[in-house]
Amino acid sequence: MIWFAVLAGSIGCYLEKLVGYFLPHSVLENPSVRRVAGLLPVALLAALVAVQTFAVGQTLVIDARLAGLAAAIIALMLRAPFLVVVVVAAVTAAALRAAGLGT
Amino acid sequence: MSTPDLPSSHRRRITSSAVGIGLATGAYGLSFGAISVASGLTAVQTQTLSLLMFTGGSQFALVGVLGAGGGAIAAVLTAWLLGARNGMYALSMAPTLQVTGLRRLAAAELTIDESTAMALAHPEPPEAARHAFWRTGLSVYVLWNIGTLLGALGAAAIGDPATLGLDAAIPAAFIALLWPRLVDRTMWAVALAGAAVALVLTPLLRPGLPVLAAGLVALVASMLIGRRT
Repeated sequence: MIWFAVLAGSIGCYLEKLVGYFLPHSVLENPSVRRVAGLLPVALLAALVAVQTFAVGQTLVIDARLAGLAAAIIALMLRAPFLVVVVVAAVTAAALRAAGLGT
Repeated sequence: MSTPDLPSSHRRRITSSAVGIGLATGAYGLSFGAISVASGLTAVQTQTLSLLMFTGGSQFALVGVLGAGGGAIAAVLTAWLLGARNGMYALSMAPTLQVTGLRRLAAAELTIDESTAMALAHPEPPEAARHAFWRTGLSVYVLWNIGTLLGALGAAAIGDPATLGLDAAIPAAFIALLWPRLVDRTMWAVALAGAAVALVLTPLLRPGLPVLAAGLVALVASMLIGRRT
């Protein structure tokens, strides 16, 4: 099941890259193609942020992950590099749990 | 990969930026490796993703959806949708790179955010753009995979992901990927709408599907903008 996702996902993502080298360049001139390509990652990444922060299965909860996300946003506003953002979020959540706050 | 007409000082400058970008993404690969193993993938599956899929957003999305209990199909579709932008990068790189045969297959694999951005940042002469693309692509490929390996082995060695806050690292990774894209009001509106759609649908649909549904927000927004202009 996981192997299927890993391989099907990888092959599809590779073909998406490859197909761009075979299509006519004029596809890029289509404004709606360009718009969707720019907006799609934004909608999907924002949805992933929301779900990974609040969802446990099909239930919405508030737990230490939200504090981690807030810490990550502060780090981003301070222009911290990627790894720092991720570590700050993890440490914040872990510290709250160790202190018995948040689950 | 040969760049005969480029002065060596110019070439060295590009190469050193490429290595810098590779080191930064290697650190990010470290977090991918750790998060992937914490999400339930084996180290081998995690490394396979970095070797074959080689596009960070899609890799995080795939392990995120699987780790949240979403089905394999939802995980694969989310990864594909996020990877679609690489096809646009390939389209814009094709006239510059002029690749055929095996080199085209290799160029395709290395067509990601970083290599495309570096090539676009060095448009003239075309040799500089080609050098920037290949050097950045190769440097990110090698260091991303080393980072993944170290992160996966590290996470496999430690216990419960929640104690270390690795579950909180996942949304942080996604917001860090999203942040540079929030450049104007339209992007903020699409992001907030996407997040809202996913949260409203979470109690109603299997994990993974709410994120896919949020992809529709991008289509609707694109149609609305198209009608307005």
